Amino acid sequence: MPLLIKGGRIIDPETGIDGLKDILIEDGRIVDICDPVQKRGKSGQGNDLKEREVKVIDASGKWVVPGLIDMHTHLREPGHEYKETIRSGCLAAAHGGFTAICCMPNTYPVNDNRSVTDFILKKAKEAGSVRVYPIGAVSCGLSGEALAEYGELKEAGVVAVSDDGRPVMNSRLMRRALEYAKRFGIPVISHCEDLYLSAKGVMNEGFVATRLGLRGIPNAAETVMVARDIAICELTDAPLHIAHVSTAESVDLIRMAKARGVRVTAETAPHYFSLTDEALLDYSTMAKVNPPLRAAKDREAIIEGLADGTIDVIATDHAPHSSIEKDLEFDAAANGIVGLETSLPLGLKLVESGALDISDLVSKMSINPARILSLGHVGLKPDAPADLTIIDPEKRFTVDPNTFRSKSRNTPFQGWNLKGKAVLTMVEGNIVFKDESCRIY
Amino acid sequence: MNFTRKDILDMESLSVEEIEFILNTAESLKEISTRSIKKVPTLRGKTIVLFFYEPSTRTRTSFEVAAKRLSADTVSLSGSTSSMVKGETLFDTAKNLEAMNPDVIVIRHNASGVPHMLAKLVQSSIINAGDGMHAHPTQALLDLMTVKEKKGRLDGLRISIIGDIAHSRVARSNIVGFTKMGSEVILTGPPTMIPKGIERMGAKVTFDPDEAISNADVIMVLRIQKERQETFLFPSEREYARLYGLDRDSLSRAKDDVLIMHPGPLNRGVEISPEVADGPHSVILEQVANGVALRMALLYLVCNRVKE
Repeated sequence: MPLLIKGGRIIDPETGIDGLKDILIEDGRIVDICDPVQKRGKSGQGNDLKEREVKVIDASGKWVVPGLIDMHTHLREPGHEYKETIRSGCLAAAHGGFTAICCMPNTYPVNDNRSVTDFILKKAKEAGSVRVYPIGAVSCGLSGEALAEYGELKEAGVVAVSDDGRPVMNSRLMRRALEYAKRFGIPVISHCEDLYLSAKGVMNEGFVATRLGLRGIPNAAETVMVARDIAICELTDAPLHIAHVSTAESVDLIRMAKARGVRVTAETAPHYFSLTDEALLDYSTMAKVNPPLRAAKDREAIIEGLADGTIDVIATDHAPHSSIEKDLEFDAAANGIVGLETSLPLGLKLVESGALDISDLVSKMSINPARILSLGHVGLKPDAPADLTIIDPEKRFTVDPNTFRSKSRNTPFQGWNLKGKAVLTMVEGNIVFKDESCRIY
Repeated sequence: MNFTRKDILDMESLSVEEIEFILNTAESLKEISTRSIKKVPTLRGKTIVLFFYEPSTRTRTSFEVAAKRLSADTVSLSGSTSSMVKGETLFDTAKNLEAMNPDVIVIRHNASGVPHMLAKLVQSSIINAGDGMHAHPTQALLDLMTVKEKKGRLDGLRISIIGDIAHSRVARSNIVGFTKMGSEVILTGPPTMIPKGIERMGAKVTFDPDEAISNADVIMVLRIQKERQETFLFPSEREYARLYGLDRDSLSRAKDDVLIMHPGPLNRGVEISPEVADGPHSVILEQVANGVALRMALLYLVCNRVKE
């Protein structure tokens, strides 16, 4: 039966649409995006529909946007299913408004070969929820020693390669990875961290670390690697994507590189524009993350970088951990924050504050990731798969980790009062999440 | 005043009034240790767990002697004799200890923040006997007690701390404690050992050791750990001793009535020369003696706190 999303404000920076429109969907595809269907419709479309049975999703007062895409997710399957499975991660994604997620290869075993990629895709299909695009490893076993077989990985379905969680410390390997990946049209996603500079640091270096007596990670640990990778990117002219940008200096370097025409793109995560290292003042391991939460000036620079387009993407870096890894001494606790179910409302805070307009946010959470990873259809267009997210911009809620669909609860945002939330997530015409407030008749 | 505090975690959380009250209580308990029968029944029937995850001679013995002089029962646990070697987490160990209903858990741990985390988790009083690079409040309190005893006051004094400030919980707690009581704290050491933002804790930094030495009423010398050489913090013990070691020569530029302090254990010939450590200005052993009285005071106060 055809489906009509009725009365919503369609916001799609790809097609430039921002206005009240209805969307007609049939067989999983968008058939038409048209002016609101009148009760005694004058438009041909409206009259046609009246004759046929149509299921209607009432989107009045809501925003309808191209399905959100998270290009940086950690699903813990295979290997650490007690933290997250492919299925639970997909459900969390749908709950947070994402129609597609890209999973990092640092599972056990590592996704550095076709059998692991195949396994992930099979499990994702069984879950029958959001789309899952695997990211392969840069190096076998993330060891930083030998290139993984990108040719086979690409055939199996990976959309990028990354050793995320570990930096590629060997500059020559980084060069070869970029050169070799170029032929397959897949970007290398770089976790920028100089391990000699971060040493055994557990949080941002600065006053808070000094006061708490915790070992600090200087901004330079990230910045020197961003500079190195930009230089190698220029050398190879291959697409480079910088993961989880956290420092003001990185933003500057990327801005200058883009001005020179370097093929670099970048992402940040909601915690870097929402929090500073002061979130750790009570030794809260929930806010322990790598790269670490930085100083206020870095947070401001990240928001500026998002606003002026230096940072292309907001990605969650969803990193589930259980209490086994988090209820420990601060030094021993694992790095990571779950993000799939809080990312959109935290992004909407930037819209609320005026730092971004809503179409920028949609670009950074849907259009740009789709372009960077060449995921095919971009935006809401006739004949494209009906992947879309309906957002209630007025819905207020308090972050309660117990309501997460994710298996893990490691969030520093517990108790935050947020406004705006996904109320319906649709993948290829299938509703994979629907809030009870969203009416269908 | 009514002492209501359940835990002694750091110097930041103590008020000036509380610090004065603790020091006065310690002063009045000091005499017990000079008696021939060094025991009073004050804490009879109280159980005190000494949980030292990290090695310690001075602090652990000091707490144990303090508890015994007040007639409390003590149980000692170390990292290697606890179930943590079997893989039990710190918090499970703590909850199990808690189930045995001790009145006080004295904890030392190599990870910063552990006493704070435990204090939220258990009903027993937590006394921080040193956590990572973060805080060592009982050391700072006994240092305050020693300086006050010798100088008759704490306000208006100039306290110089020399050494590895970055890795020192003693330095952090003393910066907070002494500035809170009206002293001025000056830090010096190799720039590699001065952490970012330390001035915001209230101290001044100089890279000229002579400047720190010549104006000081108190010079506090910190232990240099050999292992730090591996992380390129200093080239050699020889060079450290030459530039920052306190010896007869550098001391000759200090005030006549300067006090020399060291939290121990000493590296003789590295940060401090034997003639200075054992010389007339040194109050290092008075620090140790006061440590017992100060810890008696804290155990007494948290066990007899007024519950709000």
